[in-house]
Amino acid sequence: MTSRVGTQSPRSLSDKVWERHLVHQADGEPDLLFIDLHLVHEVTSPQAFDGLRLASRPVRHPELTVATADHNVPTTDIDKPVADPVSARQLEVLTANCEEFGITCYPMGHANQGIVHIIGPELGLSQPGMTIVCGDSHTSTHGAFGALAFGIGTSEVEHVLATQTLPQMRLDTMAVEVEGDAPGGVTAKDIVLAIIGRIGTSGGMGHVIEYRGPAIRALSMEGRMTMCNMSIEAGARAGMIAPDDVTFEYLEGRPHAPTGRMWERALDDWRSLGTDEGTVFDKTVTIDASQIRPHVTWGTNPAQVVPIDGIVPDPSSFAEPAEREAAARALQYMGLGAGTAVRDVAVDTVFIGSCTNSRIEDLRAAAAVLHDRHVRPGLRALVVPGSHPVKAQAEAEGLDKVFLAAGFEWRQPGCSMCLAMNPDKLAVGERCASTSNRNFEGRQGRGGRTHLVSPAVAAATAVAGHFATPEDLS
Amino acid sequence: MKPVTVVTGRAVPLDRSDVDTDQIIPSDWLKRVERTGFGAGLFSEWRDDRAFVLNQPEYAGATILVAGPNFGTGSSREHAVWALLDYGFEAVVSPRFADIFRNNCTKQGLLPVEVEPALGRALLDAVVADPSLELTIDVARGSVEAPAVGLTGSFSLDEFTRERLLNGWDDIGLTLRHGDDITAYERTRSPWLPTATGIAPR
Ligand code: SF4
Repeated sequence: MTSRVGTQSPRSLSDKVWERHLVHQADGEPDLLFIDLHLVHEVTSPQAFDGLRLASRPVRHPELTVATADHNVPTTDIDKPVADPVSARQLEVLTANCEEFGITCYPMGHANQGIVHIIGPELGLSQPGMTIVCGDSHTSTHGAFGALAFGIGTSEVEHVLATQTLPQMRLDTMAVEVEGDAPGGVTAKDIVLAIIGRIGTSGGMGHVIEYRGPAIRALSMEGRMTMCNMSIEAGARAGMIAPDDVTFEYLEGRPHAPTGRMWERALDDWRSLGTDEGTVFDKTVTIDASQIRPHVTWGTNPAQVVPIDGIVPDPSSFAEPAEREAAARALQYMGLGAGTAVRDVAVDTVFIGSCTNSRIEDLRAAAAVLHDRHVRPGLRALVVPGSHPVKAQAEAEGLDKVFLAAGFEWRQPGCSMCLAMNPDKLAVGERCASTSNRNFEGRQGRGGRTHLVSPAVAAATAVAGHFATPEDLS
Repeated sequence: MKPVTVVTGRAVPLDRSDVDTDQIIPSDWLKRVERTGFGAGLFSEWRDDRAFVLNQPEYAGATILVAGPNFGTGSSREHAVWALLDYGFEAVVSPRFADIFRNNCTKQGLLPVEVEPALGRALLDAVVADPSLELTIDVARGSVEAPAVGLTGSFSLDEFTRERLLNGWDDIGLTLRHGDDITAYERTRSPWLPTATGIAPR
């Protein structure tokens, strides 16, 4: 790793954020970083709170901590008791822990409740230049604001609760330059899938990725969050995008965003965060957005992906023996034959949701495809908004009616079929077009087969019954 | 955490790359609020297949898992580490670990043994060929050995983590020694930074 500390040489966005959070630094030790915001959910926190109780430690900064229920919550009948007693217990334990330790909590049904990575940005809590952690790997989402945001395990959750700091080894920097203009119909999801397809599931390991270039600047905040969200699928600990006017416009007026004089001071600071001209990254990848098409995964990791115009690859076409084997096993699990055209693959279920693609813009994109159209008979289709505010906004715009008229189910917010901890699951062998981020074996239910796509492709696929883009429908 | 110095034992070969934490411990198991009892859920979907390596009697009682590259990708769930430990594993050997998984391992005293790809391959082959083969992993020396077949090599671990494992140090305890630094830092934080309670700074 190149030495970057304490010099006047040009610095990257991630270095700037790292350096302003140094609490303690010593040779041969990890840096001790201060954490500005700690997001908590029901799955990775109970054992951490237990640890605090055992050691009689308080939460050092309850006011820098916020909790919500998301992974476990049902998406129907949320006014009734949770049917699964184990899930119900975990949800109760979260609420009780937050009460005991003085932490703000948005439990199931609360007007602010939603997927943890949706509510941080929407409440204005995720801001440029911050350090943000959560016991969840998709914490990388918040990097879209120019924050250094990464997932941690339960021991680290306990560490942050107790000390508001985290010992971390310095990460290397990686620039992903996305040049040119993405063609119409190509979304942030397609760009990030194309990047992962290129660099692989370990391409970003040990690195913070900074997404740069005109195609990134052209993205909305929602699109940028989709990009940063999936950084972890390329193995990167975090993804970041330098804040700009798009960022500031999104933040202004949000409940926790600064106001008045503080807003002006914050803006001055935020504008200084971008990577300096002449900064050398540890690794650089360049990709041409104008060549990207809508993408669909065919395998059981997000790097096993092709453009929708493509075919399911032949395992023997891979150079590495490990990749060949992984591809063969994936095809078997997915029930797909090499050479099949992606558009010829029929699906049973369409899921629009998850912290990757359940923000208002995602729902608008899907609804735009579904106007005056209907889901293919026999196909199950559900929309799970990322949060109650997203759901309320969508309903105010009448999107719920569009989805319902098209034959989609309109659900309550949560992680839902992204990881199938609640009753929303695929059955064995069921095939799903999903806007989520992981197509791992069993991710959406034991034996279920997941194909990752953008919201627009998910909607078009629901209508066609097989993989399709909106342009394919007419 | 208990100190980890030397792990000696037989090994299970898991010849797959990109073993993600959803496979190590499927999401159904994440609803529990305890830290114990996850061993039964370890690789539970793969274990339904009688041919799966963990179901082979000759590998029963092994304490080392030898896997392909990119082990522990995906979800940050520390439950994956708890499940491996609860099942009886003390070390995992792989040419490459996902970052969060490796961190979680070292917090719990499960040894992540990152070896050169060629050594990883040789160890996998050796353990497949002889399920009774004993491996010895020495944390202080950073070595991996299978003397019976003449295999010996090293694994990478940063010095700080090595010391922490050898001494069984608790991270929170280590950090609290810097309590004054934390307090000093807190006084320098920008006034516009948000809190989760109350209203936005003006
Ligand atoms: S939506 Fe999926 S990926 Fe996102 S936090 Fe929930 S379970 Fe994790």
